[in-house]
Amino acid sequence: MAHAATHDHHDHHGAPKGFFQRWVMSTNHKDIGTLYLIFSLTMFFIGGAFAMVIRAELFKPGMQLVQPYFFNEMTTMHALVMIFGAIMPSFVGLANWMIPLMVGAPDMALPRMNNLSFWIMPFAFLLLLSTLFMPGGGPAGGWTMYPPLSLQGESVAYVIFAVHLMGISSIMGAINIIATILNMRAPGMDLLKMPVFVWSWLITAFLLIAVMPVLAGAVTMLLTDKYFGTNFFNAAGGGDPVLFQHIFWFFGHPEVYIMILPAFGIISEIIPTFARKPIFGYRAMVFAIASIAFLSFIVWAHHMFAVGLPMGAEIFFMYATMLIAVPTGVKVFNWVSTMWGGSMTFETPMLFSIAFVILFTIGGFSGLMLALAPADFQYHDTYFVVAHFHYVLVTGAAFSIMAAAYYWLPKWSGNMYSETWGKIHFWSSVISVNVLFFPQHFLGLAGMPRRIPDYNVAFANFNMISSIGGFWFGASQLIFLGVVIHCVFFSKKKAADRSWEGAKGLEWTVPSPAPFHTFDVPPVIHDDELAHGNTEH
Amino acid sequence: MTSGGIGRSVSAWAAGAFALFGGAAWANPEPNQLNMTKGVAEWSPYAMHMVALWVCVVIGIVVFGAMFIAMFRFRKSRGAVAEKWSHSTKLEVVWTVIPVIILIFLAHLATGGLTSFADTTNSEMTIKVTGYQWKWRYDYVDYKGKGVDKVGFMSKLEETSNRTRQLKSNLDPAKIQVDGYATYLLDVDKPLVVPTDTKIRFVIVGGDVIHSWWVPALGWKMDAIPGIANAAWTKIKEPGVYRGQCAELCGQDHGFMPIVVKAVPKAEFEQWLAAQEDEAKVQKAAQTAQTAPAAPAPAPQG
Amino acid sequence: MGHQQQDVYFVPSKSYWPIVAAVSMFVTVFGAAHWLNAQPGQGGFGKPLFWVGIAMILGMFFGWFRSVINESMAGNYNGQVDRSFRMGMMWFIFSEVMFFGAFFGALFYARIFSVPWLGGEGHGVLTHQFVWQGYEAAWGASGGGGPEKIGGAFQTIGAWGLPLLNTLILLSSGVTITIAHHALKAGHRKALLIGLGATVLLGCLFLWFQAHEYAEAYEHFNLTLGSGVYGATFFMLTGFHGMHVTLGTIMLAIIWVRCAKGHFTKDDHFGFEAVAWYWHFVDVVWLALFLFVYVL
Ligand code: HEA
Ligand code: HEA
Ligand code: CUA
Ligand SMILES: [Cu+2]
Repeated sequence: MAHAATHDHHDHHGAPKGFFQRWVMSTNHKDIGTLYLIFSLTMFFIGGAFAMVIRAELFKPGMQLVQPYFFNEMTTMHALVMIFGAIMPSFVGLANWMIPLMVGAPDMALPRMNNLSFWIMPFAFLLLLSTLFMPGGGPAGGWTMYPPLSLQGESVAYVIFAVHLMGISSIMGAINIIATILNMRAPGMDLLKMPVFVWSWLITAFLLIAVMPVLAGAVTMLLTDKYFGTNFFNAAGGGDPVLFQHIFWFFGHPEVYIMILPAFGIISEIIPTFARKPIFGYRAMVFAIASIAFLSFIVWAHHMFAVGLPMGAEIFFMYATMLIAVPTGVKVFNWVSTMWGGSMTFETPMLFSIAFVILFTIGGFSGLMLALAPADFQYHDTYFVVAHFHYVLVTGAAFSIMAAAYYWLPKWSGNMYSETWGKIHFWSSVISVNVLFFPQHFLGLAGMPRRIPDYNVAFANFNMISSIGGFWFGASQLIFLGVVIHCVFFSKKKAADRSWEGAKGLEWTVPSPAPFHTFDVPPVIHDDELAHGNTEH
Repeated sequence: MTSGGIGRSVSAWAAGAFALFGGAAWANPEPNQLNMTKGVAEWSPYAMHMVALWVCVVIGIVVFGAMFIAMFRFRKSRGAVAEKWSHSTKLEVVWTVIPVIILIFLAHLATGGLTSFADTTNSEMTIKVTGYQWKWRYDYVDYKGKGVDKVGFMSKLEETSNRTRQLKSNLDPAKIQVDGYATYLLDVDKPLVVPTDTKIRFVIVGGDVIHSWWVPALGWKMDAIPGIANAAWTKIKEPGVYRGQCAELCGQDHGFMPIVVKAVPKAEFEQWLAAQEDEAKVQKAAQTAQTAPAAPAPAPQG
Repeated sequence: MGHQQQDVYFVPSKSYWPIVAAVSMFVTVFGAAHWLNAQPGQGGFGKPLFWVGIAMILGMFFGWFRSVINESMAGNYNGQVDRSFRMGMMWFIFSEVMFFGAFFGALFYARIFSVPWLGGEGHGVLTHQFVWQGYEAAWGASGGGGPEKIGGAFQTIGAWGLPLLNTLILLSSGVTITIAHHALKAGHRKALLIGLGATVLLGCLFLWFQAHEYAEAYEHFNLTLGSGVYGATFFMLTGFHGMHVTLGTIMLAIIWVRCAKGHFTKDDHFGFEAVAWYWHFVDVVWLALFLFVYVL
């Protein structure tokens, strides 16, 4: 079997020289991770700009800025860009950067495919965003794309193909992550010694592979219904518009956990570091993630309580949904217990993590209220739902990503970010985000439907408050951008290898910035270097 | 906010805060309303909502309380030294079991709410509701066991609101009022008239895309799906005008297809219905007289 | 030198195939979307662009796999790399299973729920009473797809003719590929080539019959993609399956050439196994199709 090797070894010691060679032809998990992170930050700003249009139009009653159709395009695009362009790719970027470092692997398992996974994304979004400039306009049926409405208009095919591309990218990315975690761990890095972040991604990747193809199937049926005369979603032909909703949410609910499980992982890394105390109940944490993932497959119809399901179905999906509060509660309680008895300091990553625990839980509470079907008859499709999912998505997923960025920036760039500006960013964000989204609970309860460009004057005050919070929160993210750019390019303060006093895990044993290639030779694992290796029960 | 709005809003805030705790019921959206309406119908999710809300508030206080205590007591700057423990089976069992018990309690309540909502039997009248881009059609199907003869009409956003809501119309939404209530985008040309103290069954379908028929004061919404009929019911206790909106994105004017239900005492309703029936007859006669013999009547069939 | 390599996980150096792949995919779908939106008779660049994209994708596959084969032949892939490939293929097949799952889900939903409901069963009383009065639901009976008989009256394809034959063909192809695998492991080159060759031929035969069946359906049975939800599920399920068989057959043919060239050894033939797995997957999907689309 020992063929002569043609393996170019010199390549293994530094980054390729040319810009194109380094960034476009890359097979390096760190560079690809960086690309993902830059891409997702860009998308966050684009999606955020759309949100600013929404909030500006909703600033006061009456139509001041945009036509209703354009407003719907903004709502739709905002969600698609944020979900598929900002949150998901940034988690994949973090996975790319950190998983090989955390498990002691030289790179991702399938490095070339890794690069393809990334490069599909910009093209997918080029396709998606280009529809805004087309004569017929972009998609305006909401990110949920319910037919028959979503079949009106000419952008259907573009949007569907864009979704197909994103799906292909996500599936390949997920396969890569699973193969890396299962196959590339350094000897001694047992599954139950892996950082919780790695566990959360293992399970998330499984969810991705399971549900992205289902979304692909759903939108393919939309495509054939529109262009090839099929009748999947047409009752006159024996189909059912509600069928789409079933398939969509079979994807869609696991999808929302795809956007929160890696966040759980991140928080489970950061809190122990700054509490200087191992994560409480490591196994329970892993088991809780797995249970949430499992349950996520059997709750989808809680988005459809008002479509007229048979009562038995409503009851089943209500019970199953409520059950998710149990493993999620375990996670919350374990984070609190990790802090209890610790020796805490409050650097920016920790501040974001603490805000995460509180605000995500508030979002979870409203989720639990939504899960009660009779009450959801009232809440459904109102701003109460909008408030719910922004609490879990913005102060949940997005905050966890910011926490992760502050936490690992020193490792990525070799420099410390400015703690002062980090804290300013934190406080500005955490206050404004509540000004932005908390009043939306009131609006929803008072009766304001979502996805409307204009409203009765009864909703005026809270909308104005929400919009002010929105602009403030948006502006605060410019601080974030500034802190990151300063840290990477201008910061004079060099980071230590172990950038945080309490940080444990393999990623802190390599230099800061992490060299282009790490763990070419698998590291020897010492249990006391790991966050979870030496936890005594 | 219009000029003078600030002063008004302060008092409204106070009223809102009072209402939240004092328990007054708003039927229609009020400025600065914080909580869900109690509704005016026999079936209402309000109690369920309040129980769930308080459960969450209490759990929140406990969890966040513990967290803040931890953040205060166990800070390095106060000299706290990290403990070594990281596991406790007993605790973990406790905080698995307690939520389960709470959830069983909530599930029990919610199941009751669902079962009573699903029961559309013994209704005394049937109204068919059809959603179109962007208006509603109401057809009275039967009343007290008797078929209703061709009473049906379209109901859409009333004209002043429609003019005001045009882009850059520069008209003031706050000026549109009915009986002192600002009805911008919440008023229609022809409301649905229904009797109080009557169990009304709604049969809801979509005409083109999916819509959703929602009047908060009645406590529920139900999707109007093209080709599929859904059922819901209400029994309104208090006469009044109850306003709602389409609650499923249905295209560009989704925000502009309000719903107005005018609930009147039974006797008044019966008079109204009879008048409508007569009118329908007259119209039909006029139509058949005018048009060619084979012209089909505009049947309210889906 | 070689044995040193075995310890190191092979991380390929820079490659332009990924970006070529991404661009090709973009060109393809952009062309396709444009083509779909073109007014009838109005040309547009969609169609040519689509075909350019397809050509680019084919070229990309050719180039990318060539470099992988070269690396493999050079012995760069140690056991661990091999395991990564295996996992990759397994999870890819799992994703395919879920893709078919969406369409099977649609089929089951239509059969168990929506069509009976439209006919007034169970939950559908009101729908029947208020919307589709007089519609008698039946699955796949001749006489129309759904209440409005969209697509006109049609006949369905019986299970025990061509579909049964195709089932037997695919099942035997499963046997022949297993024979080939055993031959490969035992080092019997000739048996390998015959077994694999037979599999390719069986795949082609299957496709030929399938095409025949489609022609039959369209010309004589008036069973089309537009025949209500029956036609939709029928053609989408069998159609996607047929596409997978086509792909599988092409891959088998390529593997046959590689076998003929002696690319695989007794214990190092992941390429062969990957395609074999894929083929078995296609096989199993067919069995489900046969049962749920044709028989029941
Ligand atoms: C990251 C994303 C995310 C997450 C994590 C969640 C989490 C949850 N969501 Fe949410 N949800 C969305 C994103 C998310 N959701 C989105 C995007 C939508 C709208 C989609 C659209 O229509 O556009 C939505 C909509 C949505 C609906 C449909 C509403 C409607 O349209 O009418 C429902 C209904 O059941 C629901 C429920 C829940 C529940 C029960 C949880 C649970 O997982 C929450 C569990 C957490 C807790 C409960 C808090 C912590 C627990 C404790 C402290 C223990 C003790 C607590 C108790 C016993 C109460 N969600
Ligand atoms: C991960 C997901 C995610 C994220 C991060 C966000 C972030 C935000 N969303 Fe989100 N939103 C969704 C997911 C998300 N949203 C989804 C799924 C829907 C449902 C869509 C549907 O109904 O189909 C939705 C719908 C939705 C609505 C309801 C629209 C409607 O029903 O019509 C609103 C309204 O306020 C809103 C607002 C915001 C705001 C203000 C932010 C802010 O957090 C954004 C902050 C970020 C920025 C602003 C960018 C950074 C800064 C700049 C660009 C600089 C310039 C700005 C200034 C100087 C002010 N969103
Ligand atoms: Cu009709 Cu929204
Ligand atoms: Cu959900």
